[in-house]
Amino acid sequence: MKKKPIFKIERRPVASGSLIFFVSLIAIFIALAVAGIFFRIYGVSPIRAYRLILSGSLGSRFGITETVRRAIPLLLCGVGLTIAFRALFWNIGAEGQLLMGAIAASGIALFSKIPGPLLLPAMFIGGFLCGAAWGLIPAILKVKLGLNDVITTLMMNYIALYIVEWLIHGPWKGPSMRGFAYTDTFPQAARLPSIYGTRIHWPTLILGIILAIFMYIMVTRTRSGFEIRVIGENPDAARFAGISQLKTTLLVMLISGGFAGLAGVGEVAGIHMRLLGPNHISMGYGYTAIIVAWLARRNPLAVIMTSFLFGIIMTGGDVIKVSLGLPFQMINVFNGLILFFLIGSEIFLRYKISFNSRR
Amino acid sequence: MENSGTYTIELRGIVKRFPGVIANNGINLKIHRGEIHCLLGENGAGKTTLMRILYGLYQPDGGEIILNGQSIKITSPRAAINHHIGMVHQHFRLVPTLSVEENIVLGLNEGSGPFMNFRKSREKISTIADRYGLPIDPQTKVWQLTVGQQQRVEIIKALYREVDILIMDEPTSVLTPQEVDQLFTTLRTLVDNGLTIIFITHKLDEVMQVSDRVTVLRKGKVISTLSTSDTDKPALARLMVGREVVFRLEKSPVKRKGKLLDVSNLHTLNDRGLPALCGVSFEVFGGEILGVAGVSGNGQHELAEVLTGLRKLTRGKMFLSKKDVTNCSARKMYDCNVAHIPAERIKMGIVPALSIRENLILKKYRHSPFSRREFLEKQKIEQNAHDAISDYQIAAPNCETAAKLLSGGNIQKVVLARELSENPSLIVAVHPTYGLDIGATEQVRQILLAQRERGAATLLISEDLEEIITMSDRILVLFNGEVMGILDAENADIEEIGLMMAGTRYKGEEQ
Repeated sequence: MKKKPIFKIERRPVASGSLIFFVSLIAIFIALAVAGIFFRIYGVSPIRAYRLILSGSLGSRFGITETVRRAIPLLLCGVGLTIAFRALFWNIGAEGQLLMGAIAASGIALFSKIPGPLLLPAMFIGGFLCGAAWGLIPAILKVKLGLNDVITTLMMNYIALYIVEWLIHGPWKGPSMRGFAYTDTFPQAARLPSIYGTRIHWPTLILGIILAIFMYIMVTRTRSGFEIRVIGENPDAARFAGISQLKTTLLVMLISGGFAGLAGVGEVAGIHMRLLGPNHISMGYGYTAIIVAWLARRNPLAVIMTSFLFGIIMTGGDVIKVSLGLPFQMINVFNGLILFFLIGSEIFLRYKISFNSRR
Repeated sequence: MENSGTYTIELRGIVKRFPGVIANNGINLKIHRGEIHCLLGENGAGKTTLMRILYGLYQPDGGEIILNGQSIKITSPRAAINHHIGMVHQHFRLVPTLSVEENIVLGLNEGSGPFMNFRKSREKISTIADRYGLPIDPQTKVWQLTVGQQQRVEIIKALYREVDILIMDEPTSVLTPQEVDQLFTTLRTLVDNGLTIIFITHKLDEVMQVSDRVTVLRKGKVISTLSTSDTDKPALARLMVGREVVFRLEKSPVKRKGKLLDVSNLHTLNDRGLPALCGVSFEVFGGEILGVAGVSGNGQHELAEVLTGLRKLTRGKMFLSKKDVTNCSARKMYDCNVAHIPAERIKMGIVPALSIRENLILKKYRHSPFSRREFLEKQKIEQNAHDAISDYQIAAPNCETAAKLLSGGNIQKVVLARELSENPSLIVAVHPTYGLDIGATEQVRQILLAQRERGAATLLISEDLEEIITMSDRILVLFNGEVMGILDAENADIEEIGLMMAGTRYKGEEQ
């Protein structure tokens, strides 16, 4: 007699919203459980560590404000990435695009003769354009020469990183900084206002939320959004319908690179007030934003939530460093595990497993 | 061995069903030892399915396979190889970054333990190369080889596994004429060395040139098995396309209107950069259907792409309603009121993950009333979907259903609803009923006839000659990218068309 298999795997026609939420949540929990093993290795109870992370990032006024300030660049980069990922352009270069935005903002703040009230808007525009330009190079290389977007966007990050290093050690090194590798501090007119007593540069935050809403409307309600979705879901049908791959790819990278550039402006004009070492400007926001966009399932509105979640994790990194003496890099382990389980969990959205009950 | 005489392999009553179609319907086939046996048939006749069953890729729903007098079950390609049956696929199964010898031993347990040992395998490869006249450098990377050489690697791969029966699936479709000659020489050498070859093709010339016997398949059934020396191209063409009394659709007499499409001296290249159309000229009038017949791969695909703006002309002129539309983009052609029903409806016709509602505006989303400036008009789009679903009787739960969840016939109706809703002046329909069941086929044909009634000019490209004859008012036959002639469908002689498909120019009326 033939044995009945214990379970069957079937294709699932469409995954419902609640299923996506549920599966994502479970993926995060499994990632946290596995990360717990690393806490154990350091001799720290995972429960205690997680409790500390939560209370450190959400349990106090300072914690919350730190979480929000980290969520800002993640939000801007993440919203842009959802658009690129929808068109199947794998932009791994938000980090470099952010740095280019920071460079442009610093250059304008320090060396332009733009009068006071116009200085900040000029910095944002310059940051957007510079980040966008950094994103458009791989876009053109992909459409015109067929170069792999993952590799080009990734490599562009290192170019941006070394340009920052060169500027702060060389031509832009601040005379008043007594040998430190910084530029001079920005004039008052080039500094973003913060909510009193915090490091939340609120104009950037509001900009991020507005852009998230705009992008959501663009994707769901506009012609360009329709074109992006068609190209992402079936490039052949897009060609058949006369949708230009070049134009659409340029558009998504203009947005994706530009938004990352805006995040860079926010960091230098809202937090540091100068250009400094690339690892101090960004702490890997551009890379973490990939996970932020992915967890949001490429929905720009959902990025508002997921960027906040990763703000918690990044602030938690500070907490475990200060309270437990563990390296800040623990959060990279975290991020890696979350992305790993998130992508792994997609199989549950596409397939359904049904168990045969034994009788 | 005892009772099957000289047959090395025999298929009895093979049946294979796929959802909605019977690909093989009781196939009986006997292959002699040491012959080259062609399987001839149009696309969709069931040739490849049958061979995939023999190679263990599919399991038949009925029938049996008898190898050297014994009934066997072939459960996987590995099992097929154990029975000494090998297959060279139309699209090669090679790893481009690996060397020739690495590809050849791939999946075999050569060497000892975890270590590869190429000394022995290299010897074996060179023995095979000498014996069958297949020179190859075992250490070259596969990506550096020409397509013809890659095919040679595939053949050596099979010989290395000591196959007696080699299945070649449309082996010439990717080759240049010189490479084809070389391949045929190789096949002869193989047969002289005792191999048996099953050669799948839809090209009549090749059958005549290379085979000892030929079996013609049509619509999943064996029509006839013949000795190649006892037959000729016209006879084979007739068998391949069918000669039974063609069922005539209820169709009103043609009411020709003005000239809509006028193309002259069209030249273009195919994807591999070889000439695909060589001086094609014709015209289509409003209210008529011009059928384009021909064995697949003779330029029909490229013709459809050229007319819809998806492929550039290298020479020639296209006029639509007296307007020059030479080398206009796909979007421009659509704006000029040209509808396109593509051959691959799932790959090109729809965006599977998007809803019916969105698929229905795939081309007209930029036009009023579906968008105003940048913004899409949700209500208008929804109304459009409701109308299309009821007008074209699309069976779907609602207009939010993802297109990929629909059946083939309903997917085609979505494509038709989208393409025909704007009352196009020219319709380019490619294999519009391919793979559809009888009911859906009937509906699609009625829809196209209604457009003809309305006064649209239709270009119907199909490999189904029955469809061409039933639907068309005039028939154009393409061969090797050239027009063999245009004849009246009313008194078209199917033998005449068969001859033209095989490359004879029309001698009916003088131009």
